[in-house]
Amino acid sequence: MVNLAVARAAEPRARPPSTIAILRLARPQRRALVSYFAALLVWQLGSTSGRWLGFELPLLGRVPAPSDVLLAWSHLILDPGYWQSWIASWKRVAVGFSAAVLTGVPLGLIMALNRPIWDVVFPVFELLRPIPPLAWVPVAIIFWPTQELSIDAVIFIGAFYTLVLNAVSGARSVDPRLIEVARSMGASKRNILTRLVLPGVLPSVLVGMEVSIGITWEVVVAAEMISGGGSSRAASSGGGLGFFIWNSYVGGSYPQIIVGMISIGIAGYLSSAALRAVAARLSRWNAPHGGRT
Amino acid sequence: MSQPQTRLDSVGEIDRAFRGVELIDVDKTFGHASGERAVVRGCSFRIEPGRFTVMIGPSGAGKSTLIRLIAGFDFPSAGEIRAGGKLVRGPGKDRQVMFQETALFPWMTTSGNVRYGPKARGEFGPAARRLADALTTRMGLDRFRNMYPAQLSGGMQRRAELARAMMNEPSVMILDEPFRGLDSMTKRLMLEYYANYSEESERTNFFVTTDVDEAIFLADCVLVMTHIPTHVRAVVEVDLPRPRSLAALVDDERASELKAELLAMLHEEAATAFAAGGKETADFVEAYRRHHWSPKLAKADRP
Repeated sequence: MVNLAVARAAEPRARPPSTIAILRLARPQRRALVSYFAALLVWQLGSTSGRWLGFELPLLGRVPAPSDVLLAWSHLILDPGYWQSWIASWKRVAVGFSAAVLTGVPLGLIMALNRPIWDVVFPVFELLRPIPPLAWVPVAIIFWPTQELSIDAVIFIGAFYTLVLNAVSGARSVDPRLIEVARSMGASKRNILTRLVLPGVLPSVLVGMEVSIGITWEVVVAAEMISGGGSSRAASSGGGLGFFIWNSYVGGSYPQIIVGMISIGIAGYLSSAALRAVAARLSRWNAPHGGRT
Repeated sequence: MSQPQTRLDSVGEIDRAFRGVELIDVDKTFGHASGERAVVRGCSFRIEPGRFTVMIGPSGAGKSTLIRLIAGFDFPSAGEIRAGGKLVRGPGKDRQVMFQETALFPWMTTSGNVRYGPKARGEFGPAARRLADALTTRMGLDRFRNMYPAQLSGGMQRRAELARAMMNEPSVMILDEPFRGLDSMTKRLMLEYYANYSEESERTNFFVTTDVDEAIFLADCVLVMTHIPTHVRAVVEVDLPRPRSLAALVDDERASELKAELLAMLHEEAATAFAAGGKETADFVEAYRRHHWSPKLAKADRP
């Protein structure tokens, strides 16, 4: 019933409801399904090209077929170790990312609002920023007492700079006239900060969060591979998704590598989607129709 | 009706009992390494309480600078500005400014914007609530209370801003070309709306414009400003009966006379400004951008 209403709203003219479930979806969702299906088809045909074409297509011809991957996945779904990998990676992303938000956003605000602090901090910041998170791995291993903390620290680095820079540009995009209006109405500094600066900064901080959580997933994998997967070294146990991929490679189970890769894709997608949903809720005023959808 | 001449003369001595706004020999220069630029020089005038004062002058003359000085967002390089007998030392709720473009808080609804002032001061009680409701109704915004500024039309935004300023019961309303950028129909509507409202409320108004018709329609008295560095060139009393209507003013003989008089002076000032050359103007624009209009943004410009 809900789907039907959505479909009607999306179509210029009302059509009779289709008996096929897929056709009852709204247009963007139908297109997404088509896109997934097309990608799978190309992949399946490409990876089996040796059999039906007589020669292997470059790249794709050497990849395990989706059917093999699905088969491997179906075994893994019942394996608690696989799910422990999910949990381990999520935990690390959650810790590293939260730490980056809690430190990066305030630092960005202070840097944007206080010129002397900006002058002192920015040069060092700019010097450190180009250093890739992976270059921090050895230092992180030496510096932090546990391997878990080392991985968290590398993830933190991955998200930190983007968050700071977005908070800076957010704070600078606040219209100074709004602050003047508030001052002329006798608002306190505190009130100006909480009612004007913070809401004004919020949209770009949220964008920064959305971008940087994506980066944390890129980083978590590499960090886990290099750090060797935490304290538990058993195959597909608590090592995290990144270690899971590495371990599958070492163990020669190629379909599992792909399972790990897609799992990370899904995890990243979910975390970004969750942040987007929060962002849409928090900045309703910024939407073209004020969020009155 | 006091004569303009006596008013200008009396500005010389400080009148602590004067309840309006008083500028005494105000200078404002913006300076940086490559030189100084005087924007306001020797400017003296009074905004009489309960009257509608309109300031008119060529564009780029420094009218917005004067507004920022009176509002207390910036300070004169020399001279004195007094409001209600007290020296202006910063912004205050007795002087509310309406800017050229909308400065509503985008993340607050209409009603949130209107109530902001008293709420920020912790003074939002039943009286303020009643005033907010009355102003919202008066500005025709009842149906739009829960909408965000982005959802309002240009005219509604301006009215919401007026209501927000009025909530603070300012002794002077300062309006810096407030209806600029609205389409001509909406602009006429807003002008009549505001004239109507100010006749009822008998508030002190200081209205800046470059539009002569607007000035004649609204003003009790018009301050004609010189080109930059600006000061008052003449004070013209607009002795047209109220209520006025924009349509009727077109055929009014006295209005046409006043218009001709004002236009002649403005033309002279604009011509002198033009003759002074574009280079100076460019310097000013640069100095203004760097040091004045939005210091925060100017800071951000630097790498």
